[in-house]
Amino acid sequence: MQVLATLISGLLFGCGLVVSGLINPAKVLNFLDLAGTWDPSLAITMAVAVVTTAIGYRLAFERGRPLLDSSFHVPAGNAIDGKLLVGAGLFGIGWGLAGFCPGPAIAALSIGSSPALTFFVAMLAGMAVARGVASSPNLTGVMR
Amino acid sequence: MTDFTPLSAAIGGLLIGLAAVLMMMTTGRIAGVSGYLSRLLPPYSDDATAVRLSFVVGLVLAPLIYQTVSAEPIATSINPNVVLLIAAGLLVGFGSVWGGGCTSGHGVCGLARFSVRSLAATAAFMATGIVTVFVTRHLLGG
Repeated sequence: MQVLATLISGLLFGCGLVVSGLINPAKVLNFLDLAGTWDPSLAITMAVAVVTTAIGYRLAFERGRPLLDSSFHVPAGNAIDGKLLVGAGLFGIGWGLAGFCPGPAIAALSIGSSPALTFFVAMLAGMAVARGVASSPNLTGVMR
Repeated sequence: MTDFTPLSAAIGGLLIGLAAVLMMMTTGRIAGVSGYLSRLLPPYSDDATAVRLSFVVGLVLAPLIYQTVSAEPIATSINPNVVLLIAAGLLVGFGSVWGGGCTSGHGVCGLARFSVRSLAATAAFMATGIVTVFVTRHLLGG
């Protein structure tokens, strides 16, 4: 049941990426191009998504537990550290270079173009490196 | 140039929000794409692989279903420069795992539950994204 619920969530999410235009790197880059051909559409997408989620989360948390699990799996930490800011900062540079973040990069695989595939494979490699470094205590010490 | 499309942007945002809410209501999890995808890679810490894979499969199938139903082509325009794509992909992959989330986990779900950590991350990636586009488009003229 968890698999089915998550699959439906993925389908909805993916349709949202298509309808909003987030799947189109040109639209993302124009959203970030404040000094040029600025297209504010995706600011609306983000705002509506955040408000919808905030209202829905409130209803979900009021129930006390999710329908298909015994408890919520929500990150508890609230610390803003260097790792968070460096990671997010690097992520933003990559996002600004190609116009893809992980969701659209996955959804764009369905279009079957070779640039989308190239980006996706490089993104997986970057994720694998970060997971490898994060799980190796010595390397993590060096990176910090 | 891309056109300002407020209505489809809002509908898309609504769908993304509903997807995140559905996931929290049912499985109690944050709809963070980078988390789902990266945890399909080693090292493995639990046995939720089928659930993670189903989210990724849904994301891939969605455009195909949308295209079949609407009979409209999906507009995408991607820079074909391979070196740029590889550099960007590595940065997005590494950064999203290192920073514990991406546009979905921090930018939508994190902000929606008023996480200060996610607010800081979102401010950081919005800032570097905007600066990167400014540098590549207006200083380097790419």
